Amino acid sequence: MDEYSIRVENLGKQYRIGETGEAVGSIRESLLTLPRKAWHGARAILSGQTPGAGDQLFWALKDVSFEVRPGEVIGILGRNGAGKSTLLKILSRITEPTEGKAYIRGRVGALLEIATGFDPELTGRENIFLSGAILGMKKAEIQAKFDQIVAFAELEKFLDTPVKRYSSGMYVRLGFAVAAHLEPEVLLVDEVLAVGDATFKEKCLGKMSEVGEGGRTVLFVSHNLNAISTLTRKALVLDRGKLIQFGDTSSALATYRMLWTKGGGSEFVDESKTDGIRRARVSTSEEDQIHRFGESLTFEFEIAFSEKPGTGALSIRIVDEQARPVVHFCLFDTEMPWSREGVTRLRCVLPKPRLYMGRYTVTAELSDRASLQKLETLDGLCPFEVVMDGIFKEGGWSPNACAYLETVDWEVL
Amino acid sequence: MKEKNLPETFIQPGGGGVLGSLAECWRYRELMYFLAWRDVKVRYKQTLFGMGWAVLQPLVSMVVFTLVFQRVAGIQTGSVPYPIWNFAALLPWLLFQGSLEKASGSIVLERGLVTKFYCPRLLIPLSKVVSCLVDFGVSFFIFLGMLLVYVILGKMDLGWDQLLCGLALLPLCVLFAVLSALSVGVWLAALTAKYRDFRYIVPFMVRIWMFLSPVAYPASQLVEKLPKGFGWLYTLNPMISVIEGFRWAFLGETDMALGQVVPSATAVLLLLLGGLHYFRHMERVFADIL
Repeated sequence: MDEYSIRVENLGKQYRIGETGEAVGSIRESLLTLPRKAWHGARAILSGQTPGAGDQLFWALKDVSFEVRPGEVIGILGRNGAGKSTLLKILSRITEPTEGKAYIRGRVGALLEIATGFDPELTGRENIFLSGAILGMKKAEIQAKFDQIVAFAELEKFLDTPVKRYSSGMYVRLGFAVAAHLEPEVLLVDEVLAVGDATFKEKCLGKMSEVGEGGRTVLFVSHNLNAISTLTRKALVLDRGKLIQFGDTSSALATYRMLWTKGGGSEFVDESKTDGIRRARVSTSEEDQIHRFGESLTFEFEIAFSEKPGTGALSIRIVDEQARPVVHFCLFDTEMPWSREGVTRLRCVLPKPRLYMGRYTVTAELSDRASLQKLETLDGLCPFEVVMDGIFKEGGWSPNACAYLETVDWEVL
Repeated sequence: MKEKNLPETFIQPGGGGVLGSLAECWRYRELMYFLAWRDVKVRYKQTLFGMGWAVLQPLVSMVVFTLVFQRVAGIQTGSVPYPIWNFAALLPWLLFQGSLEKASGSIVLERGLVTKFYCPRLLIPLSKVVSCLVDFGVSFFIFLGMLLVYVILGKMDLGWDQLLCGLALLPLCVLFAVLSALSVGVWLAALTAKYRDFRYIVPFMVRIWMFLSPVAYPASQLVEKLPKGFGWLYTLNPMISVIEGFRWAFLGETDMALGQVVPSATAVLLLLLGGLHYFRHMERVFADIL
């Protein structure tokens, strides 16, 4: 088939991640390791490698192939780290793939982050031109659309104010207004609709569907499932760098939801580890990781250290379906000694969690407070779903009404 | 399909060579002017003097050099008064220094641009050089004003033919200075992105480079004192050709042979070619390592 707008063949991108990350130590410590570092660095430069031997390689994207026809609006779904942003970065030529090919027909406009092309010192007017140029518009084009952009952003009065004096809402509005008036044949949009106030979000979504109807090809990443289902008819689902589904939006959404409840498994186990998080599990009130609102929720972790760390810290986040951390709690070694050589099992009970109905996963991060080193971060652990069964509310519970439910005492005065 | 001739983009690992990226820079030239314009605007925003700084910096340097090198060290500059003789060197030197420093740090400085947007990466150091040309333009008018004052006061001779010769040779001098800055700056821009150590090396290197260039003293005075057989090494420094060329063009005063341009120009071209290749090789990973 010849009539494509984007054609991707076996695209892959490999990243290098440091084993330990950058250790932040004392000046004295840095000075002591300096000769060794200099030696390794010099050797690395001479042999044309990146300093930091022993780094791990991982594929952020692997064997991804698909084809998009002109005028199609495609949603991209996937959990954090699934490779969504990497895919957009490759297609917008910000970074090069490690393998594979991609062909794109038409001018490409990429909107990976709002308003980063702005210079805080410049005025709104000047920034419209600057950011327009960065996004690939010609000066004449920007001039022709200048009034539309200003009207869309509703910032007529502040055009000659430096944007550093703008509120964050104004900043975002101007950023989106410029980007929305880009007219490339292919538009790549990363999670940018998650910002701004509700009315402006509405306006942006309206603009997005207009763009789609205008016959342009759009690839767009979002955690906002409503936006995906209203704006797109086809979607692709990525998981750990692999394309696992490309088809109509409703089945893609179903696949994506499956990732949340089944993908991670009820329990994370890796007993081969001598360092780090070996086990993580959640005990919900019902079977199949279903949890009834308000019941106590229990997490269990198994952590191993091959040698005793300075001061261990375990940080746990409960993350919702839109990748927002909703609950955060930590355990420091200083409050209760637990980090020691060997395997330690920890149990954590939330007596009355107030998480609202929805799907959640856990992100666990293990670090050493003494050396400020991040030892390990795992996400997508222990998926569970909170249900409101048996809890009565007039009119019923609607999804996404909130993230957190409080018990309150009302009084009529 | 509505349009037949849509531009086609082909993405693959390691695609495109140096020529391709230069051609792409040309297509994106409007963005280069925008970035340069932004730099100039921002550089003097919220400063009391504004563009006055572009004038003040070379003027103050000139006063200090005159005090130290003429009054204290007693350097002789023939029939041309030391201040104007020195200013004629500071002009191209500051253009070179500014371009080199700004180009070197450009990729790291424009991290937001590199990691979130696409443009030919080479455009970023190039735009820094263009912004330095604006400063050069401003201080060039000060130079013309100074020439006028010295001629009116009768402290030096300057005919129309000399001035015209200077203006005719000016583009060449500027081009040579800019290419020299880029030949090193492109290397350093790519290296700084990977090894931040170069952020500390560059200012240091530039300071030493200045003392190795005939900004404050005539080139001949250093050459005389070099050990025998090392003179050729000194002529590799392109800034000798640029500075002495500039002096010769506007003041008719130089002690450098024309032939010295050849080795330094060759060195600049080779370094620039190597730099462009290295930059092209490294730009693939800029977005990943910044």
